[in-house]
Amino acid sequence: MIRYIFKRLLSLIPVLLGATFIVFAIMFFTPGDPATIMLPQDATAEDIAMMRDFLGLNEPFLVQYRDFLLRLAQGDLGNSFRTGQSVLGLILSRLPATMQLATASLVIAIMIGLIAGVVAAVRQYTVWDGGAMVTALLGVSMPNFWLGLMLILFFAVFWANSFGYTLLPASGYGTMQHMIMPAIVLGTAHAAFITRITRSSMLEVLRQDYIRMAKAKGLSPFKVVFVHALRNALMPVVTIIGLRFGVLLGGSVVTERIFAWPGIGRLLIDAVRAQDYNVVQGIILTYAIIFSLVTLGVDLLYSFIDPRVKVRYR
Amino acid sequence: MAVRLRNATTGESLPVPPTIGTGRKQRTRFDETWRQFRKNKWAMSGMVLLIFLAFVAIGADFVAPEGLDDQQLGRRFLAPSAEAILGTDHLGRDILSRIIHGSRLSLSIGFITTSIGLVIGGGLGAIAGYYGGSRDQFIMRIMDVILAIPGFIFAVALVTALGPNLTNLMIAVGVNSIPYFARIIRSSVMSVKENEYIEAARALGCSHTWIILRHVIPNAFAPILVQATLRIGDTIIIAAGLSFLGLGAQPPLPEWGAMLSGGRQYLRDAWWMATFPGVAIMFTVLAFNLVGDGLRDALDPRLKN
Repeated sequence: MIRYIFKRLLSLIPVLLGATFIVFAIMFFTPGDPATIMLPQDATAEDIAMMRDFLGLNEPFLVQYRDFLLRLAQGDLGNSFRTGQSVLGLILSRLPATMQLATASLVIAIMIGLIAGVVAAVRQYTVWDGGAMVTALLGVSMPNFWLGLMLILFFAVFWANSFGYTLLPASGYGTMQHMIMPAIVLGTAHAAFITRITRSSMLEVLRQDYIRMAKAKGLSPFKVVFVHALRNALMPVVTIIGLRFGVLLGGSVVTERIFAWPGIGRLLIDAVRAQDYNVVQGIILTYAIIFSLVTLGVDLLYSFIDPRVKVRYR
Repeated sequence: MAVRLRNATTGESLPVPPTIGTGRKQRTRFDETWRQFRKNKWAMSGMVLLIFLAFVAIGADFVAPEGLDDQQLGRRFLAPSAEAILGTDHLGRDILSRIIHGSRLSLSIGFITTSIGLVIGGGLGAIAGYYGGSRDQFIMRIMDVILAIPGFIFAVALVTALGPNLTNLMIAVGVNSIPYFARIIRSSVMSVKENEYIEAARALGCSHTWIILRHVIPNAFAPILVQATLRIGDTIIIAAGLSFLGLGAQPPLPEWGAMLSGGRQYLRDAWWMATFPGVAIMFTVLAFNLVGDGLRDALDPRLKN
């Protein structure tokens, strides 16, 4: 197993190297001269030329990429063009907020998705099943930024107009109350996907002979569903959670913007608007690393859910 | 006229299959899929909704009560009423008219971006799946690298580089779809190319290009169609999200995401400005999802649960 983990970690290196190349190339060809952005507006052409030389911007593309990789290997993502702060420092100061939000929304999505999916499968073709499926379909089709605005409208605006106080804060960070709306917004589409996949996977498993056997043995319906069926139905669910984690990270950019959440998503959009490309580059790479590690984690999780996977990699 | 089948050497009559010569038309795969699709009420309601949206988008100039940028400052922030069914915005523009004109943009974005992904990604996936070997390795490793960057974030990076406008938005979202289709089409092609009719075509001396275009892609079409339909809904949401962040369509274009973004500033005083464009996005994406799910069930009933 350790060999497998090591092999998978090694296989991440070329992928992440490729990602650095793509991100560096995109930012390299982005219009806008970093030297001009960094210097005051009254800087002369000579000042700009000197700054370009200092930053190594006159070097060919591949030389600049090599230098970038060498700096990256030392944990140096450069400095912000606007504020001069270290990009790594900026990202590290904002990353906990993003991870908190992603984790909270994932927990909500998994809880709601698993329960709704299991209920829909066990009570197939009933009102419960229909209700869960229609809600899931709406959840998948709903843009999360719109849901965010609708929640603000209800919990902050209408509630304040009707009762004189806001039920949940519309923006900010720090308390559990601040977390509720952004986590729901970010988790809704995932809950919907998990519901759909759990239902179809459970329906497959519930038709298996060993479930009939478990029922025939006289096990309680709870034990049959949650101990025997759900564990065997989890593989596709875990796969979809891993695959959609990238979508969740993407969604966090918009969610953080709506709720003024101080994470790296909001920092990314601020940096794009300010043409602070060093920061943009650093954040995109951070997202790629997080996503790749989560994908690896999901692969490893398979072996805990299905011991046959562990045997295969011995 | 009845059809008679005879053994060529003995001249004996052969049993006639019931569908031959009885005047009954043989069912094609399309007929069968359509029959299955029609039975699915959800899929049919999605289809009706899509046809309605298409008519609204095509006839927007005739259907919309007003133009897309007709400003009447005297009637700003008018709540939904008989005068303006979905209300007016901060410049006195009719929201219903802007949503109707915007349907053209959103549907075009969905179709164009999916087409970019389908043509380029599909081409690459077909080459990778058909030839295999080093070409497959090379193409799919590039796709893996792109997929390592979360799709929306990659689109943000591309729009940043290209500049925020509608054309660049479509390019960014389209490029974002390339690895998605490359993977799907590669796996479909890999399963199709093992069939005997492909071997027969090769034995007849058909070129690789001819085999891919004439035999492989048409036979791998079913999963592609399903995924393309579902992907249109996704791309509409991604594009609207980018416009919401100010990285896509720019004012005064009535793109639904941009309209939502504009309405956000006036959420406290004019709730309708942000509400109705979102409803429009949701129903459009819902229609594509219903049709996509219905097509998947009709093409492969084993997947239906």
